[in-house]
Amino acid sequence: MAGNSEPLSPRAKLAVTAGRAAAAVSRAAGKGSGSVIGGKVALRFDPDLLARLARHLDVVLVSATNGKTTTTRLLAEALRAGGPVVSNALGANMPAGITSALAGGSDARFGVIEVDEKYLAGVARDVAPKAIALLNLSRDQLDRAAETRMLAEKWREGLAGSEAIIVANADDPLITWAASSSPTVVWVAAGQSWKDDAWSCPSCGGVLQRPGDDWFCGECGFRRPTPTWALSGDHVVDPYGVAWPIQLQLPGRANKSNAAVSAAVAAAFGIDPKVALERMYKVQAVAGRYDVVSFMQRDLRLLLAKNPAGWLETFSLIDGPPTPVILSVNARGADGTDTSWLWDVDYTRLAGHPILVIGDRKLDLAVRLEVAGLQFRVCADLDEAVRAAPPGRIEAIANYTAFQDLRRRVGN
Amino acid sequence: MSESSLRLVWVYPDLLSTYGDQGNALVVERRAVQRRVPVTRVDVRSDQVIPTSGDIYLIGGGEDRPQRLAAERLRRDGGLNRAVANGAIVFSVCAGYQILGHEFINDLGRPEPGLGLLDVVSTRGEGDRCVGDVLADIDPQLGLPPLTGFENHQGITHLGRTARPLARLRVGRGNGTGDGTEGAFNDTVFGTYMHGPVMARNPHIADLMIKLALDVNALPPVDDQWYDALRAERIAAAVQPA
Repeated sequence: MAGNSEPLSPRAKLAVTAGRAAAAVSRAAGKGSGSVIGGKVALRFDPDLLARLARHLDVVLVSATNGKTTTTRLLAEALRAGGPVVSNALGANMPAGITSALAGGSDARFGVIEVDEKYLAGVARDVAPKAIALLNLSRDQLDRAAETRMLAEKWREGLAGSEAIIVANADDPLITWAASSSPTVVWVAAGQSWKDDAWSCPSCGGVLQRPGDDWFCGECGFRRPTPTWALSGDHVVDPYGVAWPIQLQLPGRANKSNAAVSAAVAAAFGIDPKVALERMYKVQAVAGRYDVVSFMQRDLRLLLAKNPAGWLETFSLIDGPPTPVILSVNARGADGTDTSWLWDVDYTRLAGHPILVIGDRKLDLAVRLEVAGLQFRVCADLDEAVRAAPPGRIEAIANYTAFQDLRRRVGN
Repeated sequence: MSESSLRLVWVYPDLLSTYGDQGNALVVERRAVQRRVPVTRVDVRSDQVIPTSGDIYLIGGGEDRPQRLAAERLRRDGGLNRAVANGAIVFSVCAGYQILGHEFINDLGRPEPGLGLLDVVSTRGEGDRCVGDVLADIDPQLGLPPLTGFENHQGITHLGRTARPLARLRVGRGNGTGDGTEGAFNDTVFGTYMHGPVMARNPHIADLMIKLALDVNALPPVDDQWYDALRAERIAAAVQPA
């Protein structure tokens, strides 16, 4: 069990103090929360600070292409049943942000940490986590050229000797490849809607066969492991075959999947699925995602979708026609500067909805929608788009920086 | 070649569809249908046989290992070479472009034989990846407006005698040889490094493929307002990056 039996060294304390000071300066200068700069300063004073801070905690890492922030939040709520939790809840998921978050929780028992995919192996080495939750891997930010399969390979190498319990999605072949070198894996049938990054066997390159929910490689025999936990419709089925209802306020299949994985992780810490799930029901919105805000006499639901897999899940949770849909896409640094991925998104799913298009790259979206044969209207900005919709619910779907722009405009 | 309908073959989406290049198939399909030309689109997975009766074959970009697997399977299949011998049109992007040449460097760092449908040889550059908006003037023989696209690759492609450069660069790295060329083509086989996807940025290229396939000189006009607006924006962005 963790606790503060082993106090921080003077050097580590100095590093934490220096980091807090830098964060305060950054905040005072109006440059955000300061968590990243604070973490960077602290790590410069003490490069081993992350490892030292983690030593006092039962750490769980969460990584994936989609659902990291939400799952981190759900899991943090669940683990609070067992003691205080410290978490990088705002999504600062690289080492500096993680260090900063952990430095803020000296009384915590659990550390629930979202980790950027590229840093997972390194952070796992530094913090010796008790558990690691791996949800899904798919194409994202193409211009950075981090090959999805290579990422799975790096995870596989990095986690091979890990003492952590790996809680992994057995329905994602790349996640399965990444996790299956680890000694202790809890397999969760958490589902996978987007399959277009997993037609090639991650082991031998053969073509994967995917009958129904199953998958296997006909050439080398690599196949879906038998799960002990499963998402089944609106329930999560535990290893004893007990089906627990999932009644989240958060919408959509993907969040049920996130909750199922979170329940399996919580169980590894002795927290009953019923208790874990009921705590997750309290979560209404995560860093603005899924929030419904009142704006110009309309109710805007803010939905973040950063890549083809994310858009696919988002289309499955929005209200049906004639609910208007606002689409906003940017291609700034944090989004990836290549917009080609728009063509991997099946926008014909929006047929029947009034579609309003905004964002830096609205013209890319306009051509995409024209070729999909959809009716749409290009608007100058959010206000014009909202005015074009009747009072009532509007679904607003945006990629990363476009989502931040939306939040700023509506005061979220 | 068929006269009034178009058979469109999208080659190996399981391996070479990473960078949105299936958009090229969607644009060709859409612009043919807008001209009342019926289209049959066939997506051929890499464990299936490449049909030889297609009019237009499209091949996209992909990551290094899938590129090698695709080259191995296309060589073994032989269908694409037979289709080209019968006069079929092939339009290829990035990894697909390299596969159509004589040779490229595979994910294991070794030379991998291509299909020899384009007289080009590709190697891998030492420096940074070429990433960003590109602007180039297309070979006047093709009679098309400037080429706009997004490049994201580390390849260097050298053209042999029977391959003509598809375009001359104004902005970007293109073939990466430093000689100002981008892409390559011969009679009916085309290759480019441009994503975007390239046909969404350059609908006239999609029209050219349709005209070649139908053996006609002109197509009825369609409403290009959104393509034109996008082209103007991206050409300006290439000339003056943000």
